[in-house]
Amino acid sequence: MDPYIFLIQLLNGVQYGLLLFLVASGLTLIFGIMGVINLAHGSFYMLGAYLAWSLTAQLGNFWLALLAGFVLSVVLGILLEWLFIRHLYRRDHLQQVLLTYGLILIFSELRSIVWGDDVHSVAVPTLLAGSIPLTETLAYPVYRVWLSIVCVVLAAGMYYLIQHTRLGMMVRAGASNREMTQSLGIDIGLLYRLVFAFGVALAAFAGMLAAPVSSVFPGMGNQVLIICFVVVVIGGIGSVKGAMAAALLIGLVDTFGKVVEFEISGFRVLPELAGMSVFVMMAIVLLWRPEGLFARRLR
Amino acid sequence: MSEVVLETRDLSRHFEGLAAVDGVSLSCRMSEVHAVIGPNGAGKSTLINLLSGDLRPSAGSVFLQGEDITGLSSQRISRLGVGRSYQRTNVFLPFTVFENCRLAAQSQLDTSMRFFRQALRYRAVSDAAMRVIEQVGLTRQADKPVETLSHGEQRQVEIAITLATAPSLLLLDEPLAGMGAEESVQIVELLRTLAIDHAILLVEHDMDAVFALANTLTVMVNGAVLESGEPQAVRSNRLVQFAYLGEHDFEPNRV
Amino acid sequence: MSTRARWIALFVGLTLLFAFPLIGDRFYVQFVSKILIMTIFAGSLNLLVGYTGLISLGHAAFFGFAGYILALYSPDTEAAGLLTSLLLSVGSAALLALLIGLLVLRTGGIFFIMATLAFAEMLFYLFHDTAIAGGSDGIYIYQRPVLMIGGWQPLDLANSAHFYYLALFFSLAAIACIHMLLRSPFGHVIVGIRVNEQRMRALGFDTYRYKLVCFVISGALAGLAGYLAASQFGVVNPETLGWHLSGSVLMMVILGGMGTLVGPVLGAFSLMMLEESFQSITKHWQLLTGAVIVLVALYLPRGFAGLLRKRADTDKLPPPGAGGSGTPAAAERPHV
Ligand SMILES: Nc1ncnc2c1ncn2[C@@H]1O[C@H](COP(=O)(O)OP(=O)(O)O)[C@@H](O)[C@H]1O
Ligand SMILES: [Mg+2]
Repeated sequence: MDPYIFLIQLLNGVQYGLLLFLVASGLTLIFGIMGVINLAHGSFYMLGAYLAWSLTAQLGNFWLALLAGFVLSVVLGILLEWLFIRHLYRRDHLQQVLLTYGLILIFSELRSIVWGDDVHSVAVPTLLAGSIPLTETLAYPVYRVWLSIVCVVLAAGMYYLIQHTRLGMMVRAGASNREMTQSLGIDIGLLYRLVFAFGVALAAFAGMLAAPVSSVFPGMGNQVLIICFVVVVIGGIGSVKGAMAAALLIGLVDTFGKVVEFEISGFRVLPELAGMSVFVMMAIVLLWRPEGLFARRLR
Repeated sequence: MSEVVLETRDLSRHFEGLAAVDGVSLSCRMSEVHAVIGPNGAGKSTLINLLSGDLRPSAGSVFLQGEDITGLSSQRISRLGVGRSYQRTNVFLPFTVFENCRLAAQSQLDTSMRFFRQALRYRAVSDAAMRVIEQVGLTRQADKPVETLSHGEQRQVEIAITLATAPSLLLLDEPLAGMGAEESVQIVELLRTLAIDHAILLVEHDMDAVFALANTLTVMVNGAVLESGEPQAVRSNRLVQFAYLGEHDFEPNRV
Repeated sequence: MSTRARWIALFVGLTLLFAFPLIGDRFYVQFVSKILIMTIFAGSLNLLVGYTGLISLGHAAFFGFAGYILALYSPDTEAAGLLTSLLLSVGSAALLALLIGLLVLRTGGIFFIMATLAFAEMLFYLFHDTAIAGGSDGIYIYQRPVLMIGGWQPLDLANSAHFYYLALFFSLAAIACIHMLLRSPFGHVIVGIRVNEQRMRALGFDTYRYKLVCFVISGALAGLAGYLAASQFGVVNPETLGWHLSGSVLMMVILGGMGTLVGPVLGAFSLMMLEESFQSITKHWQLLTGAVIVLVALYLPRGFAGLLRKRADTDKLPPPGAGGSGTPAAAERPHV
């Protein structure tokens, strides 16, 4: 493979992986800390993208849209936690699955009512519209580089928050021992609400960031949710580190899967099957380490 | 002397640096009651978990009738004739006492991949269940859901389903804890009878029961064996007395 | 309900079902056939969710796959034989369940939920993105299967009354089969697994194998439902593998009351009627369905059957959740 094409694919894979991480880490945090499996998590990604599209059109500025969208999604997260999610703590997985599945239907129809079912695109903000030339014919878009950097900064911030702050300590304590945290006088209700809102905001933010590089379409939330499930199964539940590793792995496998298979086979032998590669990865992990790559051994 | 049923060599289990069980070597013969005592946190439950396959040893080995069974899963070990009871009652709470014991006794069938005949028609299984219910003295409660029973009765169910698999080696983790005096006496009698044709490893805090039953006594402290031998000899050992009497957090009937 | 009231309800219900094609309009005969199919589908999932405590979110995979097998097997110009095509479809669904089950059953709890959904979606993309079977448009079955015995053709699935009675027969057979299974030693093992899997292992049961067999049986029954659905509508598309269908059928199981024999029947009937009436109200009917699902999750987690029955008449099988169908999440939550 041409080294520059390889580089481009590598960057694309990493960027896709980082985006997945933003969504998956929210999913895994919400499960790890609150014990809630949130099927509606993909919907927030979708909502984020639609918010970015519609707010950019209304406010005329991507950056303002990003800010407004972020605030809105935090508010949405707090509201949802208060209305629904808090009733799910310590309930069966089944009730959690059911309720959050209902939320998917609701969000999807609301989206259809408010924004319609069309596919949209969001223009890259002018500030980042350029490309970095690699060779005479190949260039890499500045926006994608910026996107990756933002994701890395967010991930680093999250790591710092969890490992080195009082809030993070509470979060970790809450994850391992709810009763103990409560007896320490930490307001677990508030903590959970913030964690949930944070998770929602992360997913929505990822959707907003992704809007200019991918199209904005109705099924995008469910698509990303499935891939995030794969990420979580591979990485191990509740492990942010695992989510990062698995997201990058999936990002690279998916991106290269599409190109490499095309090249090796020489002619088009179902290049669509490349999409299967991530599921094959999951199957392998299930066979090899069913508890996930970064989880503790059970026995 | 009768055959050695269970033997461990340098058995250890670490939990992130903490050596919960630390180089334990012991054995248990047919018709022997080998009691293991020690303060809370000594590693007695962990030891039983290692023997039953609920936990995997970090090091060392376990032999059953001379065969190496180290690291086998709990279902394999159970099928080899090892039955264990849990310190914290671990049964099928919504089922009745009979259903609990019948299900446990069903594991005596060579397989439960039987789809057509009603489970209740397997008379041998039902009979085995009724037998253990009688043994632990719960006949009158047989048709009550376990969750409606008193704590002490639930402890009896715990023992009943352990017996229902017809094991030859019994690993009992504080079987008397939480039982009333009357039931305790009954279970001690039961264990005495069982000891005739079973090998029993008994973890117990009730010293009267231990000295009434044990042929061998092992004292564990901090995961390791402090002293092991004939019960009266161990009792008179100064070190043991110190370890025991010095520990004020040692509660005889902790649940 | 008293035993007698139950027998009467059963008798009246069955009579109505048998007489329905004689009195009902063709449209409604087809609609009820559809419900009967969903009853089988929901019953198959109930075996996993309600009795074994395995929450599968990808159960449509087996439903849709069986339909695809029928469509691919059916010749364009003549009708496929009922028995061979049925065996082939159901067998393929069972085989798929074996393959997926081998993988997903290595995990439990939330992993299981995610992995079942992911594998079902993999199948969705496989049929959606490739030309194996008509891509996103799906594939048609131009000639519905027929039953031929010698020169005699007692059943033609293109005939809606014939189809109705076949669906009725299979749904009753499926319920009877599940009933038998639950009373067998195998059934007691799977319910034991739901209540306390760890203790089942300690008692010497190889729970993985029992769960796997249950998964395969459940997949085969879902395949039966999928086969019937495909031969009713004459078209199979990727949506039949999709997670909306998986979600709907899960909803049926819960709405009716999981872990009960009648639950899936009640659930299939009520959800299908509900959706039908929502669809007549608004284009955005999923909004209403979603709201109902949320309300059920919050206020009616034991479903309709949970409202009807007292604990005493639960067939001695405890209501799910009592012992932890979904183990409280805390047990499997590791560090962050
Ligand atoms: N699953 C586990 N993870 C971490 N530490 C454990 C675990 N099980 C037991 N321990 C620790 O191992 C030590 C021995 O515990 P245990 O075997 O229960 O003692 P005993 O039964 O003698 O009271 C204790 O310090 C306990 O905290
Ligand atoms: Mg203990």
